[in-house]
Amino acid sequence: MNIVVSGTLKEYPEGLSVSRLIEAENIETPMYVSVSVNDEFVKSGELDSTVLRGGDVVEFLYFMGGGRR
Amino acid sequence: MSGGPELRIKKPEYDKIIAHAYSCLPNEACGIIAGSADGRRRCVGAVYALVNTDASGEHFSIDPGEHLKAVRDARSRGLSPIGNFHSHPSTPARPSEEDIRLAYDRSASYLIVSLAGKEPVLRSFRIENGAASPEEIVIE
Repeated sequence: MNIVVSGTLKEYPEGLSVSRLIEAENIETPMYVSVSVNDEFVKSGELDSTVLRGGDVVEFLYFMGGGRR
Repeated sequence: MSGGPELRIKKPEYDKIIAHAYSCLPNEACGIIAGSADGRRRCVGAVYALVNTDASGEHFSIDPGEHLKAVRDARSRGLSPIGNFHSHPSTPARPSEEDIRLAYDRSASYLIVSLAGKEPVLRSFRIENGAASPEEIVIE
């Protein structure tokens, strides 16, 4: 199946879960990354159970914040 | 020409960052930048001024929902997210320890605008493995 990952069209096998995609894409420090599929955020507890479909659009968004100290 | 990383930004985009920083005082301002990357050179094509959900003069966090909308808008314009910016209302334009600790995306440019002096100062950094290195800003 073809899915769009971070703006790039890619081919992956059917049945791919979001957590497997995170591994396949070598996303660093995934605990600080929010994942969206078709503009909806995937809850952290549902990364394993969320299965991607052809045509899905996935974005990985790193937490962005900081402070004075 | 230093040969190091370079971030090119047009004056209107630069002005948008500065204006957002002043408009958020006394709180820190924040947002993301999108554009293109070609080797050591990055070009800013769009600036997205976002809400600091911490509403603080000492901290900032970018709302994930706003972040996503900005990224999707950038994609629709053929741009890629290339970094973020935030302001330091009363301290210099350099990353704090917390800024460095929370810089999880080592592919990003981290811009900081200081409003501590009479004139704003904008600097950019790459942050990797707990260390920040400067990235030259070229205002076009």
